[in-house]
Amino acid sequence: MSFSKLFMATLKRDMTIAFRHPSDLVNPLIFFLVVVSLFPLAISPDARYLAEIAPGVLWVASLLATLLSLDMLFQSDYQDGTLEQLLLSPQPLYTSVLAKVVSHWLLSGLPLALISPLLALMLFLPSSAMPTLMITLLLGTPIMSFIGAIGAALTIGLRKTGLLLSLIVLPLYIPILIFAASAVQNAAIGLPVLGHLALLGALLVLSVVLAPLAIAAALRISLGS
Amino acid sequence: MAKTLLQSVNLYCERDQRVLFENLDISVSAGEVLQVEGPNGSGKTTLLRILTGLSDAYEGDLLWQGQPLQKVRESYYQEMQYLGHSAGIKQALTAEENLQWYAVIQAGHLNAGSSSQQRAGNIADILAKVGLRGYEDVPCHTLSAGQQRRVNLARLYLSSATLWILDEPFTAIDKNGIATIETLIEEHVKSGGTVIITTHQDLKSVPNLRKITLGEVLPA
Repeated sequence: MSFSKLFMATLKRDMTIAFRHPSDLVNPLIFFLVVVSLFPLAISPDARYLAEIAPGVLWVASLLATLLSLDMLFQSDYQDGTLEQLLLSPQPLYTSVLAKVVSHWLLSGLPLALISPLLALMLFLPSSAMPTLMITLLLGTPIMSFIGAIGAALTIGLRKTGLLLSLIVLPLYIPILIFAASAVQNAAIGLPVLGHLALLGALLVLSVVLAPLAIAAALRISLGS
Repeated sequence: MAKTLLQSVNLYCERDQRVLFENLDISVSAGEVLQVEGPNGSGKTTLLRILTGLSDAYEGDLLWQGQPLQKVRESYYQEMQYLGHSAGIKQALTAEENLQWYAVIQAGHLNAGSSSQQRAGNIADILAKVGLRGYEDVPCHTLSAGQQRRVNLARLYLSSATLWILDEPFTAIDKNGIATIETLIEEHVKSGGTVIITTHQDLKSVPNLRKITLGEVLPA
């Protein structure tokens, strides 16, 4: 059994399920939209002011939207018993977990990155910063999916996971937030951004390689007790 | 004497400060059926989860073919098929899609053909065998509880594992279905397979049946 066959089987399964429950798909996106549009209402519709806070607002909002979508990662598999079957599979758990997280990103992070220019426009972010915004989101949201999945795997089976999950995961998101938001800020005022992007890329590689190991271990612990 | 497959030595488990079992020595060999009996809450499911390696809330040793189970986990999972308490199927997917996924993740002990076309044919046959012909393409949440259970049981046909660990496989299944499963178990045992099963049913036709009862003083 090849890596890609196993990977694709789980990816396809998760995507099929998600597309049969479209509301789960759209909710994080709507949340992102609503949160971002609250800022002009609450602070000021002034273009100069909004342009200044836009990178931070967009990034914090996408971070929260990702956080909200994390509990759909393992919870339903845990409840219907397919998760334990995954753990008992003779196939490497690393691959299945990787497929699950990638499908989570395709359904949550990727749409956020794609819709972000629209919202950036609303916040008067200079168009020179748009490509950087999209690149940071494309690099940053998968890292958030991977790190978040560790937290989701650890809190599985607990009754109220929401708050605990945020407490575990949010501090780990801080480095991503710092590098990504300041990269967009730099791009807006014409400073170089390559260093920030390189760091985000390195974090992404690190999380793709190492996070599935941690997720797999966390799943075994959570189901074992 | 047949080779011992799975063995527990001095198994001890407590839950909420209540001892479920202690000094439990189980051993199953090829061609045997072990029926775990006991009243509700006596720890049957807990025992089965321990034997699968899912749960580590126990003391004592588990041996798979003489080796500690924790160390040979991968080769154990090549040979072991577990049907759990929960449905084990995704409600949003059709019976066929559920089995297709299982065919891939169980592939270490896959019976079905290697090409996807062959596999699709096999899955249709298997669904017909468990009495779900004509239900291949409907999402599982529209099936009845018994039918969902049958989708899960269909995985036994996909599997070529030696050891089956079945937790209450007869729940919500009608009389004909129970007979079918009993025949399946019988065939499995006759071809050298081993089954560990919890059920409140009497297994009449099954050969080489042994029983252990939880929830009472165990013979030393």
